[in-house]
Amino acid sequence: MSLGPYASYIVTAYLLVAAVVAILIGWIAIDYRRQKQQLGELDAAGVVRRSGRSAAEII
Amino acid sequence: MTLIDLANPTRFLTLTSRVLPWLAGLTFVLLLIGLYQSAMAPDDYQQGATVKIMFIHVPNAWLSMFVWGVMSLAALGTLVWRHPLADVAAKAAAPIGACFTFLALATGSLWGRPMWGTYWEWDARLTSVLILFLMYLGLIALWRAVEDPSRAARAAAVLTLVGAINLPIIKFSVDWWNTLHQPASVLRLGGPALDRAFLIPLLVMAVAFSLLFVTLHLAAMRNEILRRRVRALQVKQASQRMA
Repeated sequence: MSLGPYASYIVTAYLLVAAVVAILIGWIAIDYRRQKQQLGELDAAGVVRRSGRSAAEII
Repeated sequence: MTLIDLANPTRFLTLTSRVLPWLAGLTFVLLLIGLYQSAMAPDDYQQGATVKIMFIHVPNAWLSMFVWGVMSLAALGTLVWRHPLADVAAKAAAPIGACFTFLALATGSLWGRPMWGTYWEWDARLTSVLILFLMYLGLIALWRAVEDPSRAARAAAVLTLVGAINLPIIKFSVDWWNTLHQPASVLRLGGPALDRAFLIPLLVMAVAFSLLFVTLHLAAMRNEILRRRVRALQVKQASQRMA
């Protein structure tokens, strides 16, 4: 597969999309971990939900 | 499970935990197929290999508008039906939509340089998409500036609905004004103007990116529900300490 004289534009475009999508996935995954960690800390401190369920119980 | 059942955040989280792994897997497989087909697609007789940028530019451009459409529906859910998850959906979608819009602009720019001889031109299509990107950033800033989520939700919902006026302007800008950007070649009267060799990889990539959005959106909504739960429990903890 030859990309011709404009290969740098094509490769840059694909790499940019891959990088931004990877950052988006990483950001959402880190955010999820952070929220779970905070719920775990609240659970350890004895704070329970209105329903009486543990803070760390996600579903 | 009916739609009304999803109004309960705990039920929504249960559904999300079941669906997300399957959606992520399906998205990954479709992206691999789409990338393979994009790599194998022939060169265009005029544009050469740069036509391969189309397979990532068009799905991102389509999603930049689709995500605002989803946010507009969510805004109606907030203002009219007061659905408990509507503002969660809108807030979670905004950063994802901003990323897709940025990628549409950046990949379009990288495609424009070899084809038009310039990275940027202040024509109707490019400028209206840039405005869409700035509106996404404005909404994200609004969500961050107002501490009370319900107040922020109403203000953001109004802004989202006003911003939806930009969607038909983006879509029809290439018909209403003289622009460097080419007119619609997939969604148009008379059917797609693209050859099957380009159309099929483009559609596969469009479906793959749409599934990517659904996956990321559900995951971001789950995070937002948990963030609100953390906030409520922190308030409860603080009031227990005061008592």
